[in-house]
Amino acid sequence: MKPVKFDYLPARDGAEAVRLLTEHGDEAKCIAGGQSLGPMLNLRLARPAVLVDLHRAEDLTGVEESRDAIVYGGAVRHADFEDGRVADAARGMLPFVASRIAYRAVRNRGTLGGSLSHADPAADWVCVMTGLGATYLLRGKKGVREVAAEDFIQAAFMTALGANEILAGVRVPRLSESARWGYYKFCKKVGEFSQATGVVVVDPERGYSRVLVGALDSPPVPLEPVAEALAEDGPDGALAVLDAAVDTALGDYPEVNRQLYKVAVRRALAQIGATR
Amino acid sequence: MNKTGIGARVRRLEDDRLVHGRSRYVGDIKMPGMCDVAFLRSPLAHARIKAVNKPDGCGNRILCAEDLEGVRPIVAESTLPSYRTSEHWPLARDKVRFVGEPVAMAIGRNRAEAEDLLEEIDLRLEALPPVITPAVSMAEDATLVHDQWQDNMFLQLSVGQDPADARDNAEVVITREYRTARQVMNPMEGKGVVAWWDYRDGQLVVTTSTQVPHVIRNGLARCLGIDEALIRVIAPEVGGGFGYKCVLQPEEIAVAWLAWTRRKPFRWLEDRREHLTAGANTREHHYSLTAYADKRGRLLGMDAEVTVDVGAYSVWPFTAGLEAAQAGGNLPGPYDFREYRCQVNAPATNKPPFTPYRGVARPGVCFAMELTIDAIAREVGREPWEVRMENLVPADAMPYVNVTNKHYDSGDYPGSLMIAKDEIRFDEIRERQKTPEPDGRLIGVGFATYTEQSAHGSKVFAQWGLALIPGYDEARMKLTPDGGVEVRVGIQSIGQGLQTTLAQVASEILSIPVDRIRVLMGDTGTTPYSYGAFASRGIVMAGGAVSRAAEALSERIRIVAARPLGCAPEQVRLQDDRVQGPDGNSLSFAEVGRIWYLRPDELPEGDRHGGLEVTEAYRPKTDQGVFSYASHAVVVAVDPDTGKVELLDYVIVEDAGTVVNPMIVEGQTIGGAVQGIGSALFEEVTYDDQGQPLSSTLADYHLPGAAEAPHIRIQHTESPSPHTAHGIKGVGEGGAIAPGGAIVNAINDALAGLGVELNQIPATPERILKAVLSARAAKEKAS
Repeated sequence: MKPVKFDYLPARDGAEAVRLLTEHGDEAKCIAGGQSLGPMLNLRLARPAVLVDLHRAEDLTGVEESRDAIVYGGAVRHADFEDGRVADAARGMLPFVASRIAYRAVRNRGTLGGSLSHADPAADWVCVMTGLGATYLLRGKKGVREVAAEDFIQAAFMTALGANEILAGVRVPRLSESARWGYYKFCKKVGEFSQATGVVVVDPERGYSRVLVGALDSPPVPLEPVAEALAEDGPDGALAVLDAAVDTALGDYPEVNRQLYKVAVRRALAQIGATR
Repeated sequence: MNKTGIGARVRRLEDDRLVHGRSRYVGDIKMPGMCDVAFLRSPLAHARIKAVNKPDGCGNRILCAEDLEGVRPIVAESTLPSYRTSEHWPLARDKVRFVGEPVAMAIGRNRAEAEDLLEEIDLRLEALPPVITPAVSMAEDATLVHDQWQDNMFLQLSVGQDPADARDNAEVVITREYRTARQVMNPMEGKGVVAWWDYRDGQLVVTTSTQVPHVIRNGLARCLGIDEALIRVIAPEVGGGFGYKCVLQPEEIAVAWLAWTRRKPFRWLEDRREHLTAGANTREHHYSLTAYADKRGRLLGMDAEVTVDVGAYSVWPFTAGLEAAQAGGNLPGPYDFREYRCQVNAPATNKPPFTPYRGVARPGVCFAMELTIDAIAREVGREPWEVRMENLVPADAMPYVNVTNKHYDSGDYPGSLMIAKDEIRFDEIRERQKTPEPDGRLIGVGFATYTEQSAHGSKVFAQWGLALIPGYDEARMKLTPDGGVEVRVGIQSIGQGLQTTLAQVASEILSIPVDRIRVLMGDTGTTPYSYGAFASRGIVMAGGAVSRAAEALSERIRIVAARPLGCAPEQVRLQDDRVQGPDGNSLSFAEVGRIWYLRPDELPEGDRHGGLEVTEAYRPKTDQGVFSYASHAVVVAVDPDTGKVELLDYVIVEDAGTVVNPMIVEGQTIGGAVQGIGSALFEEVTYDDQGQPLSSTLADYHLPGAAEAPHIRIQHTESPSPHTAHGIKGVGEGGAIAPGGAIVNAINDALAGLGVELNQIPATPERILKAVLSARAAKEKAS
C-alpha cells in the first residue's frame, strides 16, 4: 500500500517545528525516524496532510551534559546510544537497551523522542526512561514545559503532548557509581516487540529504587513493594515479594502472561549483581 | 571427473547478478505509459455483494466483475471421485468468500493514485455467517460457501482398508489429534504482473512472477478465451516461488485482460499486506489418528482421518483436492506396515484458496507420523530412534512398494537415521540430560525421517485426476558458431540455481565448461514446453531433457567432426573441451561450429545433417516419482519459565540420489529447513470468529530470521535412482518436511519429566508455557 498524498516540511529547529504544527493544526503530524509512522502511513492508518520532519532539527539532535543529568535531544537515534556517539547517563544501561531495540536498520533511523511520543507500551525507551525517572521537555508555543516520564504516557499510544507540542528532549539523571540496573525483555524472536519487560534501577547514593513491569496493555506499572524490598534487603528481598506484587498489580491478566511478567522482572533483578 | 560436470561444487552462475541487485524482477520493469492497478479486496469473509457503486466520472478507471467482458472463471477439474469444482472469478461475482478476495480494480498513473480511487468505491455487502473452521464447514446444516452445493465438501475419500487384523492383534494402541497452522508462504518477492500488447508480434505479453510460464499461458488462454498463439508469457527473475506462484492467479487474468482489451501496459505488484491476508493459503491440517503396534513398538497398522482446510476455491491446475489426497497417500511415510486406512476430507471454508507449499502435504503427514512414532516409543518404554529403526523400510527391501502403492526406488532409510544419531551425538545428549542445566533450561533431542516423492510423473498426476498432467519436459540445445552452447528450457528458475545445475548436466556430456553454457528459460516465446518448477521435478525432468539434448547434439557434432578428423562419427569422442579423434588428433568446438555455420562447403556433399540445434523431450523410465529421503536430528533447549525454544544443534542426513552440485543441494536443504523451522516454531495465521485474519503485517506473522536459524550440519549420502537420467532425484522441497516433527519430538523429550506432550505447531512460547503450567497444576491437584 502507498500513503495518501501529503506535503513534506522539514523543520530547521524545534521552534520552526512548533510554528509549522501551529500553522497546519490538526492536519499536521511530526515525523522523526518514521519507524512506526512510516508503516502507518503506508497502511493508510495515518493520513496527515502535512508531515513536519524533525530529524534534521539542529537543537533536537544534540546532547547537553551537566553534573547531575544529561539532556538528550528528541531526535537522537537509537544507534547513537548503541555506538556511543552520545554520552551515557546510566552507567551502561542506555547503550545496552539501545542495542536490543528491534533491528539495526530500525536503530539507524528510529529516535528516542519518536519512540516515546508514539507511546507503544512495549517500546524499550518507554519502560527504561520511566525506570530511570527521566523528565521530558515538551516544546510548545509558550516555550518548554517539563513532564515526568511516568506522567507523560497516559495510556497505550496516548501522551501528555498537547496540540502543537513536540518532545524536544529527555533529561536523564546520572546514576551514581554505586547504582545498579537490570533490564530484561521477553520477545518471541530477536527484534520483535517485547511481550514482557522488567526494569530495575537502584541507586543507594541518591536513595532511588524503582522496579517496573512493562509491555502491558497500558503504561509500565511500578512494583513499589519490590522496589522497597530491593532498597532495604537487596535482590533476594525483592525476589521474595515479587510474585505477590505482580499478582496484585496485574490481577486481570491471564496466568500465562503474569508468569512471563514475573520472569522478566526476576531476570532483571538477577542482573543487579552483574552490572556496575 | 569433468571439473564442471555432475557432482562438481560449481559456484552458482546466478549469484553475481543476484547479490549485486542487477537482475530484473517484475517490479523492475518500466514501460512508457504503464499504469498501476490496485485491487479492492473484500473486507468480509463471507458476504453477498449487493452493489459495487463507482464514483461519477471514473467509469473506465474502475472495473468490477461485469466489466470484464469475455472473461471466464478459474475452474480446476479433477476426476477424483466426489471432487467438486468451484467457479473462481478474477473479480468476485454475487458473493465474496474470503477476506482479501478481489472485488474491483482501479487504474492509476501510480499505485497511490489507484489506491485513492479504490477509496471512492462504495461497496455494499450483506454479511453472511462465515465458515471459518473445518468443524463449522462439516457440521450438519452448515452455511454453504458455494450456494449450489449440497454440502461444503470439495473432496471426501477413503484410502485403504479397515486395519482389522492390526486392531485385533495390537498390544499397543496410540490415539492422537494433531494440528498444523494455516500459513503464508512469504517469498521475498510477492506476486506481480506486467502485461502489454506487442504490436509487432501481435501478441499479448504477460510478464509475471511465476514458477510455470507455459502452464500460465494455457490457463490465460482458457480464462481469456483467446488462442494460445496470441499469448506470450515471460517469467523474469523470480524471487522465490514455494508453490505460491505455481497456480493461475485471479490478478494475472485481470491485468492480462486489461492489456488485451486496451492494448496498453498495465502492472500490479502484490504488497506484503495483500500477501499476508489473501495469500494465507497453506499448511492447515487436522489429524485424528490411531496407530496399532506390538509391545516392542513395531507398527501393525494405522487408522487415520486427515482434514485439510482448503479455503474457498479450487486452484488451477492443482485443485483443492490434491493436498488432501497427497496427505492420505503419504502419511505412511518411510515406514513398513501393511494395514492402513485414511479418511480424507477437504472442506471449503471462507479462507483463501489452499495452494500447495514446498513439501506439499508431507510436512503435515511427517509431523503426524513422527510424533506418533515417539508416542509409541514412550508407551513401550523404548528409545524413539530404536522404534524408528525397527519400523523403517530396510535397505535390503528396496525397491519397496508401500501400503499406499508408492514405489520406493532406492536408499537406506535406517542407515540415514543411524548417521543422524551419531552426528547429533545422541549418547552425549542423554548423558547431559542427567544433570540440571545451570540456566534451568531443559534439553531434548528429537528425530524425524521422511521420504520425499520427487518428480512425480504422469501416472501420479493421472491418479489425482488432474486435467493437466505433467510428464515430459523439453530442452533445446544449440552449439553456437564460436563453440559455445545455448540451452533453452521451459522450466523456470525461482532461485534454486537451475541455470547452474542444468549447465552442469550439459557440461557432463559435452565436456564444455559451464562458463560457455548459457541456460535460457522462463519465456514461452523462446523456450520449448515445460510444466515448470514445482514438486522437486526440475533437475530430474529438465535435467533429463538437457541430458538427452546434449546426447543428441553430441551425435550431430560427431558427424560434422568425423570428416576433418578422418574417422567414422562413432569414433569421435567429446572430452576435455575438445572433439577428439582416435589418433590423438582433435578439434575445438569452435572449429566444429565454424564448419557447420560458416564453411558448409567443407562438409561432405549431399549431407542431410540436421544441424547443430536439437530439441529433445524426456521423462523417467518409470513414472511413479523417485524417492529422496532424509533424517533430521535436533537438540533443543526449552525454557520452562517462558516456553521459549532454542535450537542448539541441527543435523540433516539427506539422500537425493546422484548429486549434481553439492553446494546447491546444501543451499536447498538449509533454505527448506529454515522454512520448516518457521512452521515448527513461529508461523501462524489466526482468525477471529468473523474470519478476519489477525496477522496482516510481519509484526504479527513471525518468520524465522538469521538469529533463529541454527547452524545446520548436512551429511550427504547417494543412492542413485535406477529410473532417471544419471540417477538424479529431486531435492527442492525436502528440507521443509521434517523440522516440525523433529523439533516437537525434541521439545516433548525435553518436557517429558514435566508430563507435557505437545501435538500442535507452531510450538510457540505461549503454547508451551500453557502446557507446562497446566501440567504443573494437574500434578499439584493430584498430590
